[in-house]
Amino acid sequence: MTLVYAGCASHAPGITGRADQADPETRDAFYAAYDGMRADIEASGAEALIVLAAEHFANFFMDNMPSFAIGMADFYDGPIEDPAWLGIDRFRAPGNRDLSQRLISEVMQTVDVSYAEEWKIDHGIAVPLHFLTPRFDLPVIPANINCQGPPLTPLHRAWAFGEALRQAVDSVPEKIALVGTGGISHWPATPDSGKINEAWDRDFLDRWQRNDRDALLDYDDLSVYSEAGQGGFEIRTFIATSAAALGAPGTVHFYAPIPIFAVGCTIASYDLEGFPAPDST
Amino acid sequence: MSLYYVQKFLYHLNRDPAVQVAYREDPGAALASYELTDEEVEALTVPDIGLLYVLGVNGQILMHFAAFHQVAWADYLQQMRDGVAAYGPVREGVYAMTGFEGVEGAASP
Repeated sequence: MTLVYAGCASHAPGITGRADQADPETRDAFYAAYDGMRADIEASGAEALIVLAAEHFANFFMDNMPSFAIGMADFYDGPIEDPAWLGIDRFRAPGNRDLSQRLISEVMQTVDVSYAEEWKIDHGIAVPLHFLTPRFDLPVIPANINCQGPPLTPLHRAWAFGEALRQAVDSVPEKIALVGTGGISHWPATPDSGKINEAWDRDFLDRWQRNDRDALLDYDDLSVYSEAGQGGFEIRTFIATSAAALGAPGTVHFYAPIPIFAVGCTIASYDLEGFPAPDST
Repeated sequence: MSLYYVQKFLYHLNRDPAVQVAYREDPGAALASYELTDEEVEALTVPDIGLLYVLGVNGQILMHFAAFHQVAWADYLQQMRDGVAAYGPVREGVYAMTGFEGVEGAASP
């Protein structure tokens, strides 16, 4: 059992790019929660960090859109965005090609994942890395679920991908942390940016904390779009992380709508200790 | 209407510095190899952020294009709202899926 950490975090570009426009008290509490996630990952002894993202057309486009992809390189450059706009300088994050290849080979046993020997990081991964590995001293493995270009990855397949990731992680000797990143309800980059359905978010996070598979999969894209915006499609990364936790209970360490960040900012993790139970495997 | 190619050009522009240089030097030449209507070429050349939004460009692509043109965030949001007022509802793409909520749907910037 080498999955040593599993959690979820928001990645909206405003978190770093529009930091000066947010309410300082709420913003700083959110940043502190992100710092807590970093401390927990460091304490876990993780030797690599899988960032399970909902990338935004930095690598994948509608000419060849994979439902799932995992990076397989020794380094990843980012951000693709204007550094001043995002508030994050250009960087090269370390990867681990060999580890990626072993993980991908195992995931492929149950899920048809694409691999990428080149991967440009956008805000979906850059923002989490900014907080979680600010010195870029932890190998990163980017992974992705298509949350942007319909037809989208079905939710039950996102769950299957999470299970496959867990099986793969547990097949290698390295200690690995997994962080799913995305928004819950939000209408990013549209005229409705800043709108957040807090009640919807809290209901979703309740399902996530209980790690209730049936409840987490009980959504459809039309209702998600109607109630949670197109940004709500990114629940796939939360759902896959739930699956990887194999029934473990979760804790939401921080949740608060921050409209200028265009999302209900979230930091949450699963308590993996004792899961899966010995007699459940 | 060729939303796919509008977005494909922006996808290339957003991630490739060489395309950015080419576009800055000669937008028409940079756009020539894409299957675009005259309206789309003009929207990408001006640039008309509002029209691009109405044409259906995904915001995750469009906001990067706006940032590339040094459009401030609040102005980016307003240009999309102005675009809807000027050109009508979003015509295609994700935002046309269940209709457009409209300017009133925005709780805050």
